[in-house]
Amino acid sequence: MEFALSEEQRMLQDSITGYLESKCTLDEVRQAAEDNVTKPSDVWQGISELGILGIVIPEELGGVGLGFLDAALVAEALGRAVAPVPFIGSSIMAPVALLNAGDERQKETWLPKIASGDTVFGVGVSEQIGRRETDGIVSSAGKLTGKAMFVVDGLDADMLIIADDNGALHIVDANANGVTRQKLKTIDKTRALAEIIFEDAEAELLPRSEKSNEALLKTIDAGRIMLAADSMGASDVMIEKAVAYAKERKQFNRVIGSFQAVKHMCAEMASELEPCRSLLWYAAHSMNHIPEESRVLACHAKAHLSEVGRFVARTSTEVHGGMGFTDLLGLHYWFKRIGLDRQLLGAPELIREEAAVAQGW
Amino acid sequence: MDLAYNEEYEAFRAEVQQFLKENKSKAPKGRAGWGNPDEESKAWQQLLIKHGYAARTIPKEYGGYGAEPDILKNHIIAEEFANAKVRPGHSGDARLVPVVLELGTEEQKHALVGPTIRGEMTWCQGYSEPGSGSDLASLSTKAVLEGDEWVINGQKIWTSGAQYADMCFCLVRTEPDAPKHKGISYLIFTMDTPGIEVRPLVTMTGEAIFNETFFTDVRVPKEQIIGKRGEGWFVANATLKHERGSLGDPNQLEARFRALVSILKNEKIDGKPLIEMPLYRDQLVRLQARMLSMKYNGMRILTASNNNKEPGLPRWIVKLVGCELNHQMAALAIDAMGELGVLYDESPYLRDYGMWQRNYMLDLGLIIGGGTAQIQKNMIGERALGLPKEPKLKAS
Repeated sequence: MEFALSEEQRMLQDSITGYLESKCTLDEVRQAAEDNVTKPSDVWQGISELGILGIVIPEELGGVGLGFLDAALVAEALGRAVAPVPFIGSSIMAPVALLNAGDERQKETWLPKIASGDTVFGVGVSEQIGRRETDGIVSSAGKLTGKAMFVVDGLDADMLIIADDNGALHIVDANANGVTRQKLKTIDKTRALAEIIFEDAEAELLPRSEKSNEALLKTIDAGRIMLAADSMGASDVMIEKAVAYAKERKQFNRVIGSFQAVKHMCAEMASELEPCRSLLWYAAHSMNHIPEESRVLACHAKAHLSEVGRFVARTSTEVHGGMGFTDLLGLHYWFKRIGLDRQLLGAPELIREEAAVAQGW
Repeated sequence: MDLAYNEEYEAFRAEVQQFLKENKSKAPKGRAGWGNPDEESKAWQQLLIKHGYAARTIPKEYGGYGAEPDILKNHIIAEEFANAKVRPGHSGDARLVPVVLELGTEEQKHALVGPTIRGEMTWCQGYSEPGSGSDLASLSTKAVLEGDEWVINGQKIWTSGAQYADMCFCLVRTEPDAPKHKGISYLIFTMDTPGIEVRPLVTMTGEAIFNETFFTDVRVPKEQIIGKRGEGWFVANATLKHERGSLGDPNQLEARFRALVSILKNEKIDGKPLIEMPLYRDQLVRLQARMLSMKYNGMRILTASNNNKEPGLPRWIVKLVGCELNHQMAALAIDAMGELGVLYDESPYLRDYGMWQRNYMLDLGLIIGGGTAQIQKNMIGERALGLPKEPKLKAS
């Protein structure tokens, strides 16, 4: 019995965190945000060289064939760095959809290209979670018509995987006739969400998603665990920054971290977040090894990290006082990252209802 | 990450299960009560020690089973007893026995450990005083050495079980001129020593769990001290560490969560179970996520300890988060019962023997006791996050 990260997993974590600390600094993030870029070429190049784009793709299809726990460590590192790169949609949700619902030809065509960074996928499944502002997406005779909102990594995507109203999944060329994309400006400038309108757009069904929604649910679960991991990394940084600030900032001739009011805020953040790490590890591990528990655990990881992330984001900002509220300090990039993670693929109340249903309650 | 146990441990688990199957009928029913153990409980404890399911790692020469420390085996024993709903054994008084083993003299180990683990010698803890709660080191009960005896005068409070206990381990000030942490000694004595008066202190649950204990010229032989004169604070910290470890136990959280699910399924309004109502199920799932995260946090601590590593932050938060979560689960159960939730004692319509109201109150006691939530946050802030201590006030 060993409930801990392996030596290899710690090395993976260190190498990605190390790379991002040197190459994806706050200045870099700020520059990309100002330029409206969500896939700056140097960072994209760097992370493709690290091999993480194909982290869950089998080796024979050009990936590294690791598990969801390894993938969660990558997502966590990207959250730490508030890194502006496509990952959760393109490198996790799309491969999960292809692996669970695609035929051999589809897998062989797309998975190596995702792993190499040659093709970016956007994934649109929000209409299956809590549909808003759209009448949905109808599939008929190999064509899609309708509107997909909040397509993950959708703006930078070359290809799309879209769920239709019946939950079946389709591959669509993002630049094909009948596909119109519009950027959705969000609070978080480090991620690219899009609204995509389809008018008789050519679509290719992922055949195993037609009669069963298992692949769709797996895709959503995987996406949720990665969003939870992203929030885990971002929340960790927000606590580190709050503690560092509390040790340095002086008022009334004392560092403010010596005041219990401030110290207790820091202790509460750490006490809330630390157990989430174990929940996240277990949930991610269950995706590969305890599938009978993974549905409920993915819900818990996403919903609970959303709640704790929100608490950490506001509390850390408060510990920083007026500076926390400024653009100059840049703390808001983490605040907004956590805010977006919470809303995407289902806000907590909706997800907890899913968890209750999944347990037969 | 490997959540399976290897063959050795699976074999051990089978052995425990076999034992439980064969001996379950001999186990006393229900939880251990507040008083001293009865004959049935003592016989059960003896049987468990004999098989290594209690006092497992305590050396044979002092009355234990004498196994090598193995955290996973301890965990398996606890899990299997919980699954079989059989009352587990104990390793004597968890606050005292480890301290005697670590810091006691050879004579003390022989005299105290065996009877304590067999339940023949029970203990109460004389630490807190009316004027010394969170600031325990300011305690003022004093002991003066007169010839071969310590003479103790003062008052203790929150002495759980003092009305039954055979013995007391007690912090007293023996070096009035030394700095506060360095003037304390750790004495042990029998509770029938003349000059000790115990007055039960009824708590909000209606039970006399605690006492006030008064000492007037209580004379204790000089050698009944653990550790050296003036080092009692450090001895006591060793015991507090053991006590804190047990509060907020994740196994207990999970058991309570299951009971909470049952009550939400069983309680109905106009025939509709509460678990089908969105507001209740939302709160239930929220608490489930917290409970599971503490369960896995416990697995992380277990793994670290098993590899001889200091678990760090995951361990520091257990008491704070676990006790609070227990309290919140009891609170939801009471809300789910609506007006029935106010019933207590032996009232008609009482649910679950009134345990929810009782636990709701008792948990608040545990949030306060064994280091208040605020003291826990200071420790997490200072020791785990490295924030500076509050500057000391200059004595005026």
